[in-house]
Amino acid sequence: MKVSVKAFGIAREILGSGVVQLDVPGQSVADLRVFLESRYPGLLDLRSLFIAVNQKYAQEGQKISEGDEIALIPPTSGG
Amino acid sequence: MIKITEKAIDVSKVIETASCLGAGAVSVFIGTVRDHAHNKKVVWLEYEAYEGMAVAETRKIIEEAAQRWGLKGWAVAHRMGTLRPGETAVVVAVSAEHRKEAFAACQFIIDELKAKVPIFKKEVFEDGEEWVSAKPDKSILASAN
Repeated sequence: MKVSVKAFGIAREILGSGVVQLDVPGQSVADLRVFLESRYPGLLDLRSLFIAVNQKYAQEGQKISEGDEIALIPPTSGG
Repeated sequence: MIKITEKAIDVSKVIETASCLGAGAVSVFIGTVRDHAHNKKVVWLEYEAYEGMAVAETRKIIEEAAQRWGLKGWAVAHRMGTLRPGETAVVVAVSAEHRKEAFAACQFIIDELKAKVPIFKKEVFEDGEEWVSAKPDKSILASAN
């Protein structure tokens, strides 16, 4: 499945870009995470990494579809 | 009002937006850039946000606070981009019937904002840089080993 993934903060630096196009095997957030962590092992060093689907924090079992807005959210540090 | 902006925050405008004739208390939190972190001098901070989601998550937090403490008004502004020590990074203002509710809601909003809203900051030191809270604390890891 072809998806476009946005990345912010340290995740953007690890991916080397604010948005990457990926061809992901599987259909869930968990599948995407496994794929991302093997392709970008630097993500494993983070304290946490949430995945947002359509601007909402997603559960690991949640399905994703082509056209969804997907984003990587490393630990937040606003304020 | 929820504002994510590259421009300097007008604190009095945020307070004015949150104020309400029916409120007897306005509580304001102003987050500023500290000139040091980890015993090092901070030269500047870089802020970035996933803007659409940041606004949506902030709105959820405010709605919860408004319900719990019966807020009469509120406004949140967060600065993006490069900020130097002393500059204002975030302002949270709420108004409520009485001070107890206003204090509690203001603290709740800034605490939840820090924990949940997709905003990220990098500290830039004279000899390097670091995304804040991004990686497990090395000193904790060292003591665990």
